[in-house]
Amino acid sequence: MATLTPVSRKPFSFVGPVMASAGAVLGLFVGTANGSGFVGVLVGAAVLAAIAWALMQFSVPERIGRWSVFALFAVAGFLLSGIPGLVAGGLAGWFYGWFHYWLFEGRYRAKLQPYLTSGQVLWHYAFRVICGAIFVFLITPILVVLPLSFNAQDFFTFTPEMLRFDPEGYSLKHYRDFFTNNEWQRSFKNSLIIAPIATIISVSLGTLAAIGLSQSHVPGRRAIMAMLISPMIVPLIISATGMFFFYSTIGNFLEGTLGLDKTFVGYVKVILAHAVLGVPFVIITVTATLVGFDRSLTRAAANMGAGPVRTFFKVQMPLILPGVISGGLFAFITSFDEVVVVLFVGSASQKTLPWQMFTGLREQISPTILAVAAILVVISIALLTTVEFLRRRSEKLRGMSPG
Amino acid sequence: MSDTTQNGPMLAADGTTLKRSLARSLRREKTRALLLISPLLFFVFLSFIVPIVSMLFRSVENSIVQDTLPETVVALQSWDAQSGELPDEDVYAAFVRDMLVAIDEKTHTRLGSRLNYEETGMSSMFRRSGRQIKRLDPVEDAPFKDKLIEIHDGWGEVQTWAVIKTHSVQYTDGYFLNAIDMQRTVDGPAVQPENKQILIQLFWRTLQMSLIITGFCILLGYPVAWILANLPMRTANLLMILVLLPFWTSLLVRTSAWKVMLQQQGVINDVLVWLGMVDDAARLIIINNQIGTIIAMTHILLPFMILPMYSVMQTIPPTYLRAAKSLGASNWTAFWRVYFPQSVPGIGAGSILVFILAIGYYITPEIVGGTKGVFISNRIAYHISSSLNWGLAAALGTILLAAVLILYWAYDKIVGIDNVKLGG
Repeated sequence: MATLTPVSRKPFSFVGPVMASAGAVLGLFVGTANGSGFVGVLVGAAVLAAIAWALMQFSVPERIGRWSVFALFAVAGFLLSGIPGLVAGGLAGWFYGWFHYWLFEGRYRAKLQPYLTSGQVLWHYAFRVICGAIFVFLITPILVVLPLSFNAQDFFTFTPEMLRFDPEGYSLKHYRDFFTNNEWQRSFKNSLIIAPIATIISVSLGTLAAIGLSQSHVPGRRAIMAMLISPMIVPLIISATGMFFFYSTIGNFLEGTLGLDKTFVGYVKVILAHAVLGVPFVIITVTATLVGFDRSLTRAAANMGAGPVRTFFKVQMPLILPGVISGGLFAFITSFDEVVVVLFVGSASQKTLPWQMFTGLREQISPTILAVAAILVVISIALLTTVEFLRRRSEKLRGMSPG
Repeated sequence: MSDTTQNGPMLAADGTTLKRSLARSLRREKTRALLLISPLLFFVFLSFIVPIVSMLFRSVENSIVQDTLPETVVALQSWDAQSGELPDEDVYAAFVRDMLVAIDEKTHTRLGSRLNYEETGMSSMFRRSGRQIKRLDPVEDAPFKDKLIEIHDGWGEVQTWAVIKTHSVQYTDGYFLNAIDMQRTVDGPAVQPENKQILIQLFWRTLQMSLIITGFCILLGYPVAWILANLPMRTANLLMILVLLPFWTSLLVRTSAWKVMLQQQGVINDVLVWLGMVDDAARLIIINNQIGTIIAMTHILLPFMILPMYSVMQTIPPTYLRAAKSLGASNWTAFWRVYFPQSVPGIGAGSILVFILAIGYYITPEIVGGTKGVFISNRIAYHISSSLNWGLAAALGTILLAAVLILYWAYDKIVGIDNVKLGG
């Protein structure tokens, strides 16, 4: 955004107190950690005010000023509590250096409308800080898992070695355990068998139905839609209860009367249950893609002599493919993630990865879970990237968005 | 549009009337649409709707007493449970005949555990008496009344027969009564004894906690949705990743992350102790109670609040707010009188979605909720897998399902099912 308001340098009477109050916050934390919070507040405020005064009095050039504040805080942090202090101090120094010049040069006004009062400016930035805190709340639990999974100890928290960035504190042993332990490997393999097959079933049936639903005259469209989406709305525990009763009857019939293998029947039950749960996601994404589909294209294809099947594969399919794939990814993650239904419907030989994690969390809490969690986070990042990419591509294909 | 005013009806290319030709093509289109939908509809019907309906049926189905003790049930009909006297010899004789058949088929223990849900001790009574009744002969050993009472004192108590009589109906409301802390007795529905009343409280807690979680989600989601809707597209898309990543991350990963963070020796407590805000000896207990469940579930459900709010707020033109301000409204008035009313549909959609999801949650309360922070769904799971009182589980499930369907209907009225969007 272009500069809206001309900026000017601010006097010490403004920069000093603001820097001091920012310093007081840091001082509070450092102070309480070292004995007295009150002393910390005073010292922090005084130090920051002094820094601001010095930087302005000697009109230190910005680059030098920021580097020296950074160095000062890093050294102070190192002296206080070693390597972790160095990192924390460095971050604080970087922030305060930037903050000082941001205030001093008046840059904070640059992108705001010139008519805002100072109260409104303060609220503008306070609001951003609040939002930032909420984003931190959203993302922290996921990020915390990643470094913890490299813990050399069987603890679920950061050990002193880890905080010192001592290589001794880190290891791959939880990952090694995941890849060598039979229990984990078998459950991983089960997940890789069940999820793709369930996805294929829900995608193929779901896409056909979505195409049917997007026709202009469908009798009872709302009722059909409600029924197809119901697996997503009904709480999983209820679906699981219902399926538990029903599939045990079906299973007994298949095993007893038709004499099928018990393990095979178990897989069939879990796959069918997961396929149903994935259906609503496919329906929703594919119908959303079809909303923008230009019907004259199919008519044009028919006009040129293509049969319905050929039209579908040559014209319709390539255009709705992004929606189909992202619906499929949703269905895949639903099945790959699902634990309640498999817990009720499956038996021990269909134990999936989430099931194994669930028992691991509930009974014998083993740190291997963290390694698994880290792997799953990486997988979900990959899936998210793919889906976002597909969504944009599909919007571009249909000309719905400029970028 | 009337075609009779012209010279004869309008004709299509093949010579039929246009009206009929159009109707035929419409019919063909409808059939094609239904043909495309039918495989999935059939699949969902068979593997989802039928199981749910069979669960509903199971919550009232109660043929086990009648099937196991057919003659006894008939004989008991003439007995008045309120008289305070034991049934006649007829009933005892019928009971022995029924039991002999049941013991042969080994169904008497199942009946015992069924009746045990209603009256504790029935299960062991049936099992123990079964071994001795097996030796009786239905003809020679009559009369049975005293013999049975000798085998087990329970057969000499009016209450035993009253329980059998009250639960001998084919379809019962007993499970539903149990689900709301009542029981079926000879005198009609009655309140359960004080120490057995836990389910109403659990329903109430589920409702309360879901509301609290929804409230927190609104509180945290609104500012985020606002800032996403008001930032330039490129920045908003980047920040959106921070919302979508938790949305895409496995539920178990997020739950285990919270388990790790909230523990007494966990990350949050460690940080607080390190900062000196909490004493090492008085670490916060924020797991295995309601606080743990609320924190973890707010985090897990927050994206479901932000996404609908965001899509609504995106459509509100920012110029309205500026116009209000230029007409002299203060910041707050402009927000409260102009922006907020337009964003209410987003709040409504998000709230209902979060509430529906929260009310049926199972995994997260089970892991971080301890005993104090569990929901009604955990009770359902307990009855399915541990206590094996499936009828009660089905009744609880039915009540929960009814609640969700009402909310779902409200959601459909407010947002429309077709407008459900995934991932922004």
